[in-house]
Amino acid sequence: MSEAPSEPMGTAGSEPGPDLVHGALVSWSRGQQVLHATRESYLDVMSGLRDDGYDMCVDLCAVDYLAHPARSLPDGVTAERFEVVVDLLSLQQRKRVRVRVQVPESDPRVVSLFGLYPGTEAMEREAFDLMGVRFDGHPDLSRILMPEDWEGHPLRKDYSVGRVPVQFKAARSTR
Amino acid sequence: MSSNGEDAPGVDEVVPTGAIGTFEGAQEMDDRSDTSATELLRQQGAVLRLAEGVSVDPGAFNTEFTADDTMILNLGPQHPSTHGVLRLMMELDGETVLRTKPIVGYLHTGMEKTGEELTYIQGPTNVTRMDYLAPLFNECVFSMATEQLLEIEVPPRATWIRMLMCELNRVSSHLLFMATNGLDVAALSMMLYAWRERETILSFMEKVTGLRMNHNFIRPGGVAADLPDGWRDDVIAICDLIPPRLDTYDELLTGQPVFLQRTEGVGTLSGEEAIALGATGPILRSSGVTWDLRRDMPYQYYDQLEFDVVVGKYGDAFDRYAVRLNEMRESVRIIRQIVELMPAGDYRLQDKKVTPPPRARIDQSMEALIHHFKIFTEGFKVPEGEVYVAIESPRGELGCYMVSNGSAKPYRLHIRDPSFVNIQSLPPMMRGGLIADAVAIISSVDPVMGGVDR
Repeated sequence: MSEAPSEPMGTAGSEPGPDLVHGALVSWSRGQQVLHATRESYLDVMSGLRDDGYDMCVDLCAVDYLAHPARSLPDGVTAERFEVVVDLLSLQQRKRVRVRVQVPESDPRVVSLFGLYPGTEAMEREAFDLMGVRFDGHPDLSRILMPEDWEGHPLRKDYSVGRVPVQFKAARSTR
Repeated sequence: MSSNGEDAPGVDEVVPTGAIGTFEGAQEMDDRSDTSATELLRQQGAVLRLAEGVSVDPGAFNTEFTADDTMILNLGPQHPSTHGVLRLMMELDGETVLRTKPIVGYLHTGMEKTGEELTYIQGPTNVTRMDYLAPLFNECVFSMATEQLLEIEVPPRATWIRMLMCELNRVSSHLLFMATNGLDVAALSMMLYAWRERETILSFMEKVTGLRMNHNFIRPGGVAADLPDGWRDDVIAICDLIPPRLDTYDELLTGQPVFLQRTEGVGTLSGEEAIALGATGPILRSSGVTWDLRRDMPYQYYDQLEFDVVVGKYGDAFDRYAVRLNEMRESVRIIRQIVELMPAGDYRLQDKKVTPPPRARIDQSMEALIHHFKIFTEGFKVPEGEVYVAIESPRGELGCYMVSNGSAKPYRLHIRDPSFVNIQSLPPMMRGGLIADAVAIISSVDPVMGGVDR
């Protein structure tokens, strides 16, 4: 079930190797390598990784940690409300790496990866649409899944789930 | 493609200008006169929109058109060849496609949000409806992510059953591609034949899981039920049936000049472009990149099996058809090996905290009843953490990024659906081609809108 056979399996802190990759703190999550880039170093880390042979950006999504602020992060990383999570893949080395960037609620924007990985175009639009994180330098940052006149960003934790009307008004729906 | 309100500060600056009715302007393709020159070049030349990397010769693309010379044609979302509700806006010069913009979201039902409201045991019911032609893969990737967060290993038989069902699902999904691809390029009989063969697989799935689609069969901790008596005969019958029929299709389509003219050299995509766009699966392989997660980053027991990764050369619609046709042959080869290697044992983990107890135990044991009740009302708690798991679905890399905060429901569930990313390769494939080829190209990408929109 291991993601990458070339990577050592284990839990956080027990892996050998450098603690910094391109200036980003390294942690391990269920045997998967995770880099914690700051917003300022984000683009440098990503271009460094691309030069390392991570030639495909397979996934980009955002997470809203409003209801779970006390998550475990390595020392030196300040937890913010939003996180942008990018998964990179190296076809030659058959390796994966994940980059997590903390994005503050007051200014939810990061640099777009479009210049490095054009395939992030739709993914960044999705993250903007559903989570409200803006990507500077994106060529067409419009909503992609929700209608253009939609208000709010549905995947945020303070955005309530729609209720299903039930026949008996007294009975509260669980959703 | 205006960047609506990009300069305004703050969070909620997307203010629709005509907020009456359903304003969708900013998602649509802009008129040529409203689009900047660089953006035009990007959309025409790059589209790929390559800022750097694969270079495009601007001289090869005529940007001298004015808005009067060209026409913007809207295709879909209600169009039989768009495989659901895909909408394309194409700028045409006569019959030549200059720019294309896919517009998606018509089937968005917020399944990632719903997933946060469901327990881990209810989760597969939700995710199985995403890519509805490969439901077992969705369940499988969800279950694998949950298991990785729980740090548990499922029994070998459960994993082998998962692989068996997934490979059968791959064949049925590709058969549906054959049917619709044939239909789209006017090989109508292909539609009937492939549908007929797909039915045999769906009947087997119904026998095993109780449902033809949306099975909810693969669950965290194993699978829902053991294989029924006589499954071996059924699977071998399918393995005996499919390959000769594939030869028939091969003869019917590959040997047919009309089909070749409709697909050969149509909608080409280079390997470099495919990698840059994040395209995976048959699209990536048809461009000559040998990449298959089953072989290159083996999960489950794929490293114990012998199979070939089918690769194309030109990256055109024909290669994508040929890759899928031969992948079915490889899948049948894999299924035969799985039948041989299928071990005896449990079909799900015997961990009372994760999987429900056998039905018979509930009548005898109070504890079993409590565990059963707890699992189906409260669910089981998953330790805090985050994990990304990817498997090779019929359409490419199907990934699941799951965050747990220690409760019984995923804190964040993100599915990386291959169709959603693959659809970005439509504009570079369409560029410079004829409008009639557009239908063949959409079909060759084989997007499933349920997966795109989630």
